[in-house]
Amino acid sequence: MWEYSDKVREHFFNPRNSGPLEEANGIGDVGSIQCGDALRLMLKVEPETEVIQDAHFQTFGCGSAIASSSALTEIIKGMTLDEALKVSNQDIADYLDGLPPEKMHCSVMGREALQAAIANYRGEEWSDDHEEGALVCKCFAIDAVMIEDVVKANNLNTVEEVTFYTKAGGGCAACHEGIEEILAKVKAERPGMGETSPPAVCPATPEAPKPPTKKLSIVEKIKLIEEVLESVRPMLQRDHGDVELADVQGKKIYVHLKGACSGCMMEAATLGGIQQKMIESLGELVQVLPASHMPVEA
Amino acid sequence: MELKPIYLDNNATTRVYPAVVEAMLPFFTEHFGNASSIHAFGSEVGKALKKARGQVQALLGAEHDSEIIFTSCGTESDSTAILSALKAQPERNTVITTTVEHPAILTLCDWLEKEGYIVHKLKVDKRGRLDLDEYKSLLSDRVAVVSVMWANNETGTIFPVEEMAALAAEKGIMFHTDAVQAVGKIPIDLKTTKIDMLSLSGHKLHAPKGIGVLYLRRGCRFRPLLRGGHQERGRRAGTEASASIVALGKACEMALANMPKENTEVRRLRDKLEAGILGQITHCFPTGDVANRLPNTCNIAFEYIEGEAILLLLNKLGIAASSGSACTSGSLEPSHVMRAMGIPYTAAHGTIRFSLSVDNTEEEIDRVIAAVPPIIEQLRKLSPYWGEKGPSANPQESFAPTYA
Repeated sequence: MWEYSDKVREHFFNPRNSGPLEEANGIGDVGSIQCGDALRLMLKVEPETEVIQDAHFQTFGCGSAIASSSALTEIIKGMTLDEALKVSNQDIADYLDGLPPEKMHCSVMGREALQAAIANYRGEEWSDDHEEGALVCKCFAIDAVMIEDVVKANNLNTVEEVTFYTKAGGGCAACHEGIEEILAKVKAERPGMGETSPPAVCPATPEAPKPPTKKLSIVEKIKLIEEVLESVRPMLQRDHGDVELADVQGKKIYVHLKGACSGCMMEAATLGGIQQKMIESLGELVQVLPASHMPVEA
Repeated sequence: MELKPIYLDNNATTRVYPAVVEAMLPFFTEHFGNASSIHAFGSEVGKALKKARGQVQALLGAEHDSEIIFTSCGTESDSTAILSALKAQPERNTVITTTVEHPAILTLCDWLEKEGYIVHKLKVDKRGRLDLDEYKSLLSDRVAVVSVMWANNETGTIFPVEEMAALAAEKGIMFHTDAVQAVGKIPIDLKTTKIDMLSLSGHKLHAPKGIGVLYLRRGCRFRPLLRGGHQERGRRAGTEASASIVALGKACEMALANMPKENTEVRRLRDKLEAGILGQITHCFPTGDVANRLPNTCNIAFEYIEGEAILLLLNKLGIAASSGSACTSGSLEPSHVMRAMGIPYTAAHGTIRFSLSVDNTEEEIDRVIAAVPPIIEQLRKLSPYWGEKGPSANPQESFAPTYA
């Protein structure tokens, strides 16, 4: 169960200003039933002074969504619209003596509803500037979209850098695998990079190879692959192992590791080394995989 | 006067029976020895472990007591079973499972996919049932193991694992079942099935947390997860958790004795609770395969409201249940089981699971039946999707956000 403050509990069990507001002249709807929370904020604004005389809400959502909505209506009653626009999501969270990190989005939703309702009163179009992604860092409530944007904008390469820029990963460190996945994804999308291989099997290639001057035929390609395997074979045989080509499927090259190489702890490293040579020789990004990974249907 | 709390979350965990606690306590004090030791301190423990193994064997209907391997929990049993099947059969690279498994299986399978293995997840229909024709079409000589849960933890839906295991056996494929929800609730007789491996968890059947079992059929090829000692015949190294094992043995003996009550009295109370709620509240429905589910579980989806808010209000009245809503898990999506069944979002966020045990009384169920309707009404009044007398004429359109 969440660690809700007494104030959150109190506003959830006894919500203020809930239900429709008949004389509302500014209405803001945010969220959706798909997302699991939705909020309608209704304002009654005095046209002369632009003072919010009354504010009501209707909320579909969890305990903290209802408490945040209730708190928001209490905060903004009596404010002018310009004053109300300065209310931040942190103000809503502070009013409730804090929210669990996973629940900070509830306060963000409150602020967005407020902006939407004021825009509606003023007859303006309001558009959202925040896209919400899957929560990655639970300690600091940082989502995947945020991390991806910052990684792209600042050309970040390590988890440590991501932590410096976003705080994500700076707490319990449980999300480091998730951050590494985002880094790998962005890296793969960077210009000049084609398909990259999963890091577990082969280390990422440092840079993209030069494009081949012409497209290789499948026969030429397999000849080149055999040449590469031939060149590494003496090295493997020294360790009482061997390698044999199993199949080529698109960018995936399947090989049988034999003798001492089969089941060896260094299998991934061996394949990574072969893959690096393949990429250099073929001039395209390929993946070298053990034959046991071949799809069943193939 | 403070009312006695009502615990209806027995699929999450159960109360350890006092008789179970009593059975385990001497193994912290006078019988503290290591079962591996040659002296008298150890031999007493060895005898107790043998008795417990027999008690587990009886509940599962296993042919031999050596087929029972004690582990630390259901998750360890699941990981051991699947990784063992892959390690023991390197020429096979495929796992078949379902979309509605527990994360102990699904998270492992997602990781296996990243490692290059092929994972087929069987889909379910809107009642949570599998398509056996799809299953049959996937059985090939590249499949290392099939892992299908015996009963679903959220809806209680029972899968035809005995039939599926027989189909796998015909093709020489290993079959594992995560039975943590089924063991102790429905009769199981493994010696008459083709199931090769089964996981169970002590704390789901009134034993303590931190003890589980992997059933491994004699002759099934196996590779241990933990190496380092001869315990459990070298199949699970590590000093035996003797007190917990004794406790699990006692709990299994009691579960076997309670089996008739579980399937008559508990089932009757569950049916009464479900009928009582559905009869009083509009726009709610039971999820899963209602005709074919565990006797203790009911899962009801309440439309246009959110599960965590329901749980908080129930908790205020001393009633404990659980929800498949996004907010109770910390993720932004409702339960993967509800999504797999295609439960609409209008209802998926408002699913509540009530799971009973033999401890629950008629009086408790009556209290819950009376408590639920006002809570649902209160939250629907707050919901922008709910009008004066029911859902807004067209809830999705009357609430038209500029931002979704």
